[in-house]
Amino acid sequence: MTARVWKTGLARLPALALAGLLAGCMQVPKPMYQWGGYQDQLYEHFKGDSQHPEAQLQVLEAQAQKARGGGAALPPGFRAHLGLVYLRLGRDAEARQQLEAEKASFPESAQYMDFLLKRLAAARS
Amino acid sequence: MNTQDSSFSRRAAAAVLVGLLALLEACATPPAFDYTAFRQNRPASLLVLPPVNESPDIKATYGVLAQATLPLAEAGYYVLPVSLVDETFRQNGLTTPSDIHAVSANKLREIFGADAAVYLKVTSYGTSYSVISSDTVVRVEGRIVDLRTGQLLWQGSASASSRENEGSNQGGLVGLLVKAVVTQVLNTATDASYKYAGMANQRLLGAPQKNGVLFGPRSPNYQKD
Repeated sequence: MTARVWKTGLARLPALALAGLLAGCMQVPKPMYQWGGYQDQLYEHFKGDSQHPEAQLQVLEAQAQKARGGGAALPPGFRAHLGLVYLRLGRDAEARQQLEAEKASFPESAQYMDFLLKRLAAARS
Repeated sequence: MNTQDSSFSRRAAAAVLVGLLALLEACATPPAFDYTAFRQNRPASLLVLPPVNESPDIKATYGVLAQATLPLAEAGYYVLPVSLVDETFRQNGLTTPSDIHAVSANKLREIFGADAAVYLKVTSYGTSYSVISSDTVVRVEGRIVDLRTGQLLWQGSASASSRENEGSNQGGLVGLLVKAVVTQVLNTATDASYKYAGMANQRLLGAPQKNGVLFGPRSPNYQKD
């Protein structure tokens, strides 16, 4: 009887060790940001104008809305890219707003966002 | 009966041991990368420059650039918006990645305000067709250079290939998991190389990876690696 208990206890040991090891090396953290189709949209953007900026805008705005609704964080660069799409459509006020939003969400972007905002102001004045 | 039983459990124990060793091997770090400069500089924001392409496929530069933000951002860094950065270079007459890679650290720091720049080079990108099988291979090399001190913080290379699907398990346990995640993220993409570029990027720039990029300030794992 005791031998059997000892044996099953021993049998569990490797399983426990295995679980411990797995937990040790496989920290797969929860994603920090809601990526959605952001990177695919970037690829479309880079590939050229196969897709109209208006269509890109719809995809990105839908994602932004979804993130707001679910309390998820938008990834670095998302708002700034949205600003670029607005700029392409000639909607400067909204572009400016998005660049400001990028800066507010990620203070690390401040210098570059200020550079862009300044150039935008100079180009349109 | 009794001897049979004990020889069975001995064999089972041996099997478990072999399995554990394999796992340990998968987790253990090979000759460690020297992170001294990385830890001294601790960048918070990264400027990913358009990758230099050494493959015959012109889509390589943007296939890799479009998917470089996710692994670095999830590792805890602020990544400057790659589309706007590309646009800024164009407006300043810099249209090829090799010209862009030649811009001085001081100039990059002055315009973009990033702590460090990520220099990528695509050495393979595409599908080679043969009678027996056709393989899609993407290989990317990367360097991170601090723009404040000019120091090289990290360098590495990684690849992903369609051959991995056919039974061999090159990426180990973590690689398989990463692949599953990335495949899910990219299931909308159509061309094969683009998909493998996402996997190669994750292996190259994601954290934690063997000898990979350290976690950045926005990650809960910052300074724990």
